[in-house]
Amino acid sequence: MMKWVFTGLIVCSVIFGMFSGNIEHVSNTALSECSKAVEFILKIAGSLCMWSGLMKIAEQSGLTTKMSKLLSPITRLLFHGLNPESKALRMISMNITANLFGLGNAATPLGIAAMKELAKDRPDTRAHIASNHMIMMVVLNTASIQLLPTTIALLRLEYGAANPMDVLPAILISSFVSLSIGIVFCKILNRMQLGLERETR
Amino acid sequence: MITQYIIPCVIGGILLYGVAKGVNVFESFIEGAKEGLSVAVSILPTLVALMTCVGMFRASGALDVLTSLLAPLVEPFGVPKEVIPLGLLRPISGSGSLIMFEHLLQTYGADSLIGRVASVLQGSTETTFYTIAVYYSAIKVTKTRHTLVCALTADMVGFIMSSVTILYFFGR
Repeated sequence: MMKWVFTGLIVCSVIFGMFSGNIEHVSNTALSECSKAVEFILKIAGSLCMWSGLMKIAEQSGLTTKMSKLLSPITRLLFHGLNPESKALRMISMNITANLFGLGNAATPLGIAAMKELAKDRPDTRAHIASNHMIMMVVLNTASIQLLPTTIALLRLEYGAANPMDVLPAILISSFVSLSIGIVFCKILNRMQLGLERETR
Repeated sequence: MITQYIIPCVIGGILLYGVAKGVNVFESFIEGAKEGLSVAVSILPTLVALMTCVGMFRASGALDVLTSLLAPLVEPFGVPKEVIPLGLLRPISGSGSLIMFEHLLQTYGADSLIGRVASVLQGSTETTFYTIAVYYSAIKVTKTRHTLVCALTADMVGFIMSSVTILYFFGR
């Protein structure tokens, strides 16, 4: 799927750039954006290390197990069939918790850890195909479940909002509806076993 | 704001809990941090690919044309056409959409209809392509099946809901 997005966007921009006279801008951006990606990685590498380190402690002290128990009514519904005692589910719970609190930088390493757990014990022939649980996990993370959108409130305040948090109910309802649709859609398509030949989930 | 306390308290809390449970917290931290570093290295190539193609797309002016094509489709839901570029950029670029969001607040004001719809849009969706690329590249999955369809459907619903909710709470 990504190969089409990648080629599509680039071919479109090259053709479009030629006709609109923006081709020089396109060329400059191509060269500058790739180094920006490295800058971005350098920027997040520190927090990635820090949160991974902290999570190692949380895991070894049994904190993640507690969190996982707390969230188990939700996760059991979303990740039906996954062993409730598994490390994968513990990592998923921690990822959801970090997302709820808006700790995006913490959520990513946790999410990746969860994905790595989900990828374990799969036959090599299927290692490159996303499993149903993986898809659910990614869909959860592409939606926003942050309880307090602090960055937005901050920017709104900066640009003269009388009450920067007055959009909070709208944000919560909107994210809830969008996430629910994503989950339901994912559940339906998961059940249809799209893109799989007789996989036993 | 209370949110300033969350991160320091979480960090302190995890450490204290670890010490109380007899974990060698420093050793564990270093071990985990090493894993974090290898994750950073492994997602870099994906990020280069993604940021380059999104940047080129924006620079070519194709995004502006896409906006005018989509306008008649979303306007029946009350979506102001000024926020369409933000809606298109939101799933593909985190930094790009943040810049666009600031631009909208600056131009139209935070308490305008456009400013409010943009706030909800920015707050109720995430950077879909980045998440998909990073999560799957970390485990070398190339066939993502229906991930993109589900995620983009959710994004589209969020896009429409952002103006539906604002019109409900604040009127026109």
